[in-house]
Amino acid sequence: MDKLMTASVFFSEVNWENMWDATLETIYMTVFSLVLTFLFGIILGLLLFLTARGQLWENKTAHFIIGAYVNIFRSIPFIILIVLLIPFTLALLGTFLGPGAAVPALVIGAAPFYARMVEIALREIDRGVIEASKAMGASNGQIIWKVLLPESMPALVSGITVTAIALVSYTAMAGVIGAGGLGDLAFRDGFQRNNPDITLTATVVILIIVFILQFIGDQLTSRLDKR
Amino acid sequence: MISLSQLAKIFPTKDGDVTAVDHIDLTIDQGEIFGVIGYSGAGKSTLIRMLNMLEAPTSGAVEVAGRNMNSLSGRKLREARQEIGMIFQHFNLLWSRTVAENIAFPLEIKGVSKAEQKERVDELIELVGLSGRGGSYPSQLSGGQKQRVGIARALANNPKVLLCDEATSALDPKTTDSILDLLVDINQKLGLTIVLITHEMHVIRKICHRVAVMEGGRVVEQGDVLDIFRRPQQAMTKEFVKQVTEPEETEEALRHLFDDERTGSVLQLTFVGGDAQRPLITNIVRKFEVDVSILQGKISQTQHGSYGSLFISVTGPQAEEAIAFMREQQVEVEVIHGG
Ligand SMILES: Nc1ncnc2c1ncn2[C@@H]1O[C@H](COP(=O)(O)OP(=O)(O)O)[C@@H](O)[C@H]1O
Ligand SMILES: [Mg+2]
Repeated sequence: MDKLMTASVFFSEVNWENMWDATLETIYMTVFSLVLTFLFGIILGLLLFLTARGQLWENKTAHFIIGAYVNIFRSIPFIILIVLLIPFTLALLGTFLGPGAAVPALVIGAAPFYARMVEIALREIDRGVIEASKAMGASNGQIIWKVLLPESMPALVSGITVTAIALVSYTAMAGVIGAGGLGDLAFRDGFQRNNPDITLTATVVILIIVFILQFIGDQLTSRLDKR
Repeated sequence: MISLSQLAKIFPTKDGDVTAVDHIDLTIDQGEIFGVIGYSGAGKSTLIRMLNMLEAPTSGAVEVAGRNMNSLSGRKLREARQEIGMIFQHFNLLWSRTVAENIAFPLEIKGVSKAEQKERVDELIELVGLSGRGGSYPSQLSGGQKQRVGIARALANNPKVLLCDEATSALDPKTTDSILDLLVDINQKLGLTIVLITHEMHVIRKICHRVAVMEGGRVVEQGDVLDIFRRPQQAMTKEFVKQVTEPEETEEALRHLFDDERTGSVLQLTFVGGDAQRPLITNIVRKFEVDVSILQGKISQTQHGSYGSLFISVTGPQAEEAIAFMREQQVEVEVIHGG
């Protein structure tokens, strides 16, 4: 396998084993942080929506605090956020190196981003539908689980697709501070050692990952959308 | 079945307080179809939404099916709401659920077992005439079909009362009629009390037993539909009655005739109930030396009998006597020109 690869004329500098490992690391970071982002983003987005004026859990203070958190963390450039969070990651995981260590920063950076999309998706739901559910005697929990989440599902899925793609690029940045993955490979082996082949290959792999994510997201969204 | 006493709702807004419902007293009996009519902004929606506490009253009391709705909260209120069905102008169905799943929704809320849910859903689909459409999504249905789903959903938990907020206002006239027929059918089959609000007198005429006319948050007139049609008291009520009895072009067509010297007296005759069937015109033509020409006429059916209005012109030497004779009959006569 190795021989075959190194024998090829182009991309002779590419170590395919390293490339494969880096790809796995990127996928690991993306998927793991995506799952957590989905959970926290939905919780935050729901809270943001429900505490707004005229909604089920209307609460000015809570709404303000969640809104401020979301806005602040959404505005900090990810590369800065990840550096800022080094002490936090260290306290949480005992290290700030490796793909696992990137996850807290990825989630903290991406969840507020997704939460806004969740809030927008929930606001798109017709008020009349929520009101009809109340008129039928639904509890707030039933409204959340049986109305808000299912009715906004296509928008939630297309939002998480956008977030997933953002996460892939975040993982590349996380790579720079030692999280591994394709970004790390492209930077260290490709850029710093002057191997443009490696940078180019890593880019192509990232693009393929993005296209696959987009494709899955689009398929799911259109399958869920019964409007 | 429903009684409202001194019920009021005031919305505080930036531009000051808006009194949407102004101290209304109203009683609605078991099994009747009660209509509330009024123009947009009269406070109808606010009123009907206070019946199931979607809107909390500012003051006053609401009693529905023996429960004092004001005093309920939390679980108690949710249980009371399960006994009050509601349908809406824009249907408010869950588009992510099929027809059958939409109808099952209130059953799920109540915690009915899956097997029972299925049985009940099948019954309801049949009842509202949607057999075979259980697997469709709302987006695949017409407006009338969507409202049928809304009705089935509202009936799922065997409510005692059905509230209809402009339930036919988004539908075309033909579909409106079929939905109204369905409501009457349900009222008779299930003995359900129906409260409906509308701005169309046609809806009141077609299915209501009693009606209240609302203006500026108050009930300005109420009574049996037939009585209201026969003798509307308030200007507002007269306007609504005209919606049904006088086709829009009537006034224009008649005014045209007034300009004609030979027209004679133009009368509007209003028949109610059995009167509508009596041969009044034949009688006066036989008895008096008059010529009668019929300008326009219409008979409408209400839940309590027929109601008609007829525009005629009377000419000839004995016109006065003929008019006097008609006045003695059980017919409202209004001379709208000449005489
Ligand atoms: N949530 C609200 N806040 C402020 N004003 C309201 C609200 N809901 C209704 N109103 C006002 O109350 C009045 C009656 O409204 P509504 O009950 O919707 O009338 P209708 O259903 O007869 O058209 C209107 O003047 C409307 O502007
Ligand atoms: Mg209204």
